Amino acid sequence: MKYMLALYSDPANEPADGSPEQAKDMERWFAYTNDLVEAGAMLGGEGLQGPETATTVRVREGSTITSDGPFAETKEVLGGFYVIEAPDLDAAIGWAAKIPNVNHGTVEVWPVMEFDGE
Amino acid sequence: MARNRPVSAVDAAFRTEWTRLVATLTRELRDLQLAEDAAQEAFVEASRRWRTDGPPRSPGAWLLTTARRKAIDVVRRDRRFADRLPVLAEADDAAPSGQRLVDDQLALVFGCCHPALAVDLQVALTLRSVAGLTTEQIAHAFLVPVPTMAKRLVRAKHKLRAAAIPFVVPEPEHLQSRLAAVCGVVYAIFTEGHTSSSGRSLLRGNLCDEAIFLAETLAELLPAEGEARGLAALCLLTDARRLTREDDEGRPVLLPDQDRDRWDREQIDRGLRHLLAAHTTGSAGTYELQATIAALHATAPTYAATDWRAIVTIYDTMLRSGGGPVVALNRAAAIAEWRGPRAGLAALDELDADALHDYPYLHSARAELLTRSGDDAAALPAYDRAIEHAGNEAQRSWLADRRAEAAARIRSG
Repeated sequence: MKYMLALYSDPANEPADGSPEQAKDMERWFAYTNDLVEAGAMLGGEGLQGPETATTVRVREGSTITSDGPFAETKEVLGGFYVIEAPDLDAAIGWAAKIPNVNHGTVEVWPVMEFDGE
Repeated sequence: MARNRPVSAVDAAFRTEWTRLVATLTRELRDLQLAEDAAQEAFVEASRRWRTDGPPRSPGAWLLTTARRKAIDVVRRDRRFADRLPVLAEADDAAPSGQRLVDDQLALVFGCCHPALAVDLQVALTLRSVAGLTTEQIAHAFLVPVPTMAKRLVRAKHKLRAAAIPFVVPEPEHLQSRLAAVCGVVYAIFTEGHTSSSGRSLLRGNLCDEAIFLAETLAELLPAEGEARGLAALCLLTDARRLTREDDEGRPVLLPDQDRDRWDREQIDRGLRHLLAAHTTGSAGTYELQATIAALHATAPTYAATDWRAIVTIYDTMLRSGGGPVVALNRAAAIAEWRGPRAGLAALDELDADALHDYPYLHSARAELLTRSGDDAAALPAYDRAIEHAGNEAQRSWLADRRAEAAARIRSG
């Protein structure tokens, strides 16, 4: 089974750019990603830049409407994602519970659509 | 399921075999819907065949073999499930026994009560798949339209499949929290059967029977877990008073006025046995504490001779371990029985009235205690507030009568 782990957190709770905490934090992220790779569970994933850099796009009646910021204005914003391979939801929840910022953020576990012939 | 009804061999087998059958098939087929469909078809076949041929020597094994054959037909037709074929084809005719059977059933229960499902979905799935109720029966019991319940079950089964929710016994480090969730689902079913807060009738026996069945099954599967035992005890001891809790017109009869000779002694004994077993596990959980209170009531010869002091002590324990305002309210009521209505009113004054503002029992308890202490005039506004917040018609009409009695006493001065 493929799952996407969508990582949400309040940027205010993340360590500041260039701070020693951030360096330590990055080590935790690398270690976590490495655990996924070693377990053969890592299919992909990225960290995202801040919500102030995001742009929302819709096309309505043929015209493209662009607006500044993410679709929903909430304190917790999408900060990154992993796509993992896991035997079942319990295993995926196990990985989600180890995400470095899950102690203050939120992780959504989404099963990924799979199509025949993939 | 209904009491005092002669049961056919198929009905009897349904109660004992449904859960086991669905549980084993769910492991083999790795899909709850396929398992349920196959089990259902096996019972249809049984009701046809057993009538003419008589019931087989081992109904469980017969049903499983028949269900597997039905499942093989389905799996052959639908290539999505082709990889299930080898397990079914290789299965021998014997039904699983011992720990395998225990684990199959636990896996089914834990899967249906998986926290990734919304609680109303857990409740519906547990009644359908574990207890074997039909969609119609569940809809009727919860007073919702059948299509609504059908949709709920479809949504639950879709998520089971799409998110690959596993049917497994949780790892030891998760067992306690997952068991607490399962107990919560069973207790929710019991409470729904015990008191309908929205319907017209106070008691819906069928759901209580199902909750008792589920709780006793759980206690049997996990004999060392005090929480499951305590839950079984609580359901049995509370439900033993079912027949005396309302009068012929469906109105509530309170504990002091209940006919104790009509309490179900067999059920009380069963409840006490579970409670004793729960005590020996040494982990006094919340169900066990509540069951102990129910046991003190169930074994008291009269209302007046109840050990109220012991009951107050148990409520104290519950409050210390985080019991909320409802516990404090019940404690105040027990204090009133132990030391008189004035002491009860004083205890009521201490509790958090804001948290219970909409809770009819706070206002009706105050009204009752005021009446008993001779202050009918002060009781009237309390009755008014209880009536305003009453959850069902039966409660409302009962409270209106009590209020009218108090008003009449004031007039006759």
